[in-house]
Amino acid sequence: MKKETEHKPGKKYGMVIDLDKCTGCGSCMAACMAENNVPCKDDESNKLSSITWIRVYRLTNRKPFPETEICYLPRPCMHCGGVGDQGHSPCVSVCPATATDYDHGTGIVSQIYTRCFGCRYCMAACPYHARYFNWWDPVWPGDLKKTLSPNVSPRMRGVVEKCSFCFHRYQLAMEKAYVEGRRDLEEGEYQTACTQACPSGAITFGDLDNPDHAVAKMKEHPNAFRLLERLQTNPKVYYISSREWVRRAGDNYLKNEPTNSKPRAAAHHG
Amino acid sequence: MSTSNHEADSLAPGEAPDRKQGAPGGVIVLFFIVGFALSMAFGWLVFPKLLYSEKNQPFDFNHKIHMDLVDSGCESCHVFREDGTYAGVPTLAQCADCHQDVQGESKDEEVFVNEYVANEKEVPWLIYSRQPDCVFFSHAAHVKMAEMECKECHGDIGESESLKVYRENRITGYSQDIWGENIAGIRKNTWDGMKMTDCGKCHEERMGSKGPCFQCHK
Repeated sequence: MKKETEHKPGKKYGMVIDLDKCTGCGSCMAACMAENNVPCKDDESNKLSSITWIRVYRLTNRKPFPETEICYLPRPCMHCGGVGDQGHSPCVSVCPATATDYDHGTGIVSQIYTRCFGCRYCMAACPYHARYFNWWDPVWPGDLKKTLSPNVSPRMRGVVEKCSFCFHRYQLAMEKAYVEGRRDLEEGEYQTACTQACPSGAITFGDLDNPDHAVAKMKEHPNAFRLLERLQTNPKVYYISSREWVRRAGDNYLKNEPTNSKPRAAAHHG
Repeated sequence: MSTSNHEADSLAPGEAPDRKQGAPGGVIVLFFIVGFALSMAFGWLVFPKLLYSEKNQPFDFNHKIHMDLVDSGCESCHVFREDGTYAGVPTLAQCADCHQDVQGESKDEEVFVNEYVANEKEVPWLIYSRQPDCVFFSHAAHVKMAEMECKECHGDIGESESLKVYRENRITGYSQDIWGENIAGIRKNTWDGMKMTDCGKCHEERMGSKGPCFQCHK
């Protein structure tokens, strides 16, 4: 049993988001909140207190009309693996409570709410603003409590939460596989809520290391990029855009620097 | 303890130097030992009883009788659903298959048939092994994949003739079976507790590590 676990090659779940297809409708955000028991605040437009595990940002090329262009960019947790996927994610490495860890079996960065004591180091460390703090206890007015999913534990005041790539769905898919005597999942058996909710099919989810999964090929697309790649956080969320200004917006480039000057091969394979 | 302090305070200033080394010192030590013993006795014997409130199940249930009647052991009634999730305690519909009418002579069965089956009301069983909200436990992974026996965690419930009293922790609201009967956390059997340390111990022994947090948390 012990040997089997050690020698089993780990999976590396990740996402490829085609920004050319994203219309900014926000279905992913709504689906995520419903799936993961994220409460609605009195004023959701107050971004200091609202909680959005996946958030759609609006980018613009800052050019005057008629050259103005808009691009919508959904941002879940990037589930950074750190250099060489050794699990040295920015948030994991600073957590003093071990409330967040890197799972080498799936490549997913966890967040354990009952263990977190709310110091918010991880929020300061995360370069993607993917983590949110519960300033208040969640409120579920009226019968909304009945819509809560039993598969995700609700959070309490004073803890940090973030996207889990719908890890409970992985757990449930594995349970089904176990009962059927399997240890492996098909690509379609584990998909995140945002992936399934996207009406334009902009989000693709799967095992980045499995050549049979769509994401493995898509991440090699010439227009594929990751956010702040040169920080070497090694995110597992890839974006594709045919527009160069969008790709440039994904990192801090100097004015005359060519767009693909990042040490991509090193960060990815190193 | 308060008496001994008071005595020491009131005696000390007026006493002669020679008395200081004699009786009062001994009295203080004696009071300390007696107080310590009383505190320990309270902590180890009385407090565990005060910590838990006792609740009775809606009616008694005899696992042994049922085990003798069914073919495939525990899984005859405690079933896996098709999607791999575990159904836990059987629903009324499962029991009503046989218990439409009273079959035996036990009072408990009479209560069940007359109050619950007749009114189509689910039995509000108290679940001894209910885990906190943040815990994900996969019966499929343990029973189907690792081929563990039910009793490794649940004990010999299948051979019991009556249900034990449900003890609820007054502070946490969890069943005593989670912490275990021994307040110091000493385990004699694998089913003596269901805390995270119990899970972790077994995982370390058999899997080589406790595993990532998300393996058991949600």
